[in-house]
Amino acid sequence: MATISDVKPAEALLSNDEILRYSRHLIMPEVGMEGQQKLKAAKVLCIGAGGLGSPLALYLTAAGVGTLGIVDFDVVDYTNLQRQIIHTTADVGRKKLDSAADKLTAINPYLNLRTFDTKLTSANALELFREFDIVADGTDNFPTRYLVNDACVLTGKPNVYGSIFRFEGQASVFATEDGPCYRCLYPEPPPPGLVPSCAEGGVLGILPGLVGVIQATETIKLILGQGDPLVGRLLLVDALGMKFRELKLRKNPDCPVCGTHRTITELIDYDQFCGIRGQEEPAGNDIPSISVEDLKKKLDAKADVFILDVREPHEYQICHLNGYLIPVGDLPKRVSELDSSREIVAHCKMGGRSAKAVNFLRRAGFTKVYNLTGGITAWAERIDPKMPKY
Amino acid sequence: MPQIQIPSPLRQYSGKQASINVPAKTVGEALAGLVSQHPDLKRHLYNDEGKLRTFVNVYVNDEDMRYLQKEATELKDGDTISIVPSIAGGGTI
Ligand SMILES: [Zn+2]
Repeated sequence: MATISDVKPAEALLSNDEILRYSRHLIMPEVGMEGQQKLKAAKVLCIGAGGLGSPLALYLTAAGVGTLGIVDFDVVDYTNLQRQIIHTTADVGRKKLDSAADKLTAINPYLNLRTFDTKLTSANALELFREFDIVADGTDNFPTRYLVNDACVLTGKPNVYGSIFRFEGQASVFATEDGPCYRCLYPEPPPPGLVPSCAEGGVLGILPGLVGVIQATETIKLILGQGDPLVGRLLLVDALGMKFRELKLRKNPDCPVCGTHRTITELIDYDQFCGIRGQEEPAGNDIPSISVEDLKKKLDAKADVFILDVREPHEYQICHLNGYLIPVGDLPKRVSELDSSREIVAHCKMGGRSAKAVNFLRRAGFTKVYNLTGGITAWAERIDPKMPKY
Repeated sequence: MPQIQIPSPLRQYSGKQASINVPAKTVGEALAGLVSQHPDLKRHLYNDEGKLRTFVNVYVNDEDMRYLQKEATELKDGDTISIVPSIAGGGTI
């Protein structure tokens, strides 16, 4: 069982207003005055104010966690609102930290909110984590997941973990004194491109609510020292089947960061570790491509151009260029449907998948195939402003 | 017959099925049967050397097969094999 050494409940006396506010906690023996004072004395660092960070921060604040840190450098956009419930339509364009601060201080004016307008990096993580008792991981990418895990192990702070994809989630508590860490579960990240991100794969809007509230629950339990924390257990949430399953996690003696022969004793370069050179693979320079403006000219001139749409059918339903639809994953077995004598322009949403398709077709002997730079999103931005963007 | 649970990121390669029954005596046989039924799954589960990828964990019921007899773990009727890949989604940072 993790103990939060820095918490000094005796110093965190409650005012009469606070006693009234927390009365439903105070009359429970599992919390009581002592527990509520522990909450007030506790310092929780929340990484990210997005899908998981929203419910986490809202509930921890309402519950009376005294000091909440939030690390985020992002700005609210319209696609966030489907799940990031701490932000509202009026907040679009604002910094997520400012938007979150308004809601949190409105819920609980006793909160000591500390905002960190920065990307979490190997250079700042250890120093930052040392100022808190517990770290709640609400990130959305592998480099930051491994960074949070390693920094938690190195500073001895519990890592309350949650992760989501489409309609499935995972939750656990890593890096407690005797428990396993994230690397015990997954020593290495997947190579980029093999697992779709939320931006590509989508996520059911309520799922971060489910998983983020589980993280908030585990955080509160760790502070109170009550119940059975998710240490050594991986909770799997399947929202579509509404099934909760639990798998055993063991501390791996060969774990590079928490095992018996540690090879990682300081933070490393996590982008490099995760095989990420640039962002989201911008279509390589060597891939023959065409701009949306040039495609428009060709179409207006009634040139013989075959538009190949390599997105998924449900994306086609949102918007399309009257292209012929073959999802990029089906291309190898459906390549015979294409006429290599015609000029082909391949497109997807942003240009990444269609770049793969163009590469594949070039290798398969197609010589007149081009990638639409920026995908249908560029078309919607620069050619047809009435077209929806997604 | 053991049942293999397919996680949602991989269902596009399993004919959209969430679980698949494969006749097998060991975990290795079950996974081999799975990828022969659904060849597209192969490169997602195995690397070029034919070894299971390190970000894909395989559980027999609630136990990680790395702490059983790995691919040689014997299966009983009614056992559930879960493929649990790492996922990173969450918020935005
Ligand atoms: Zn470990």
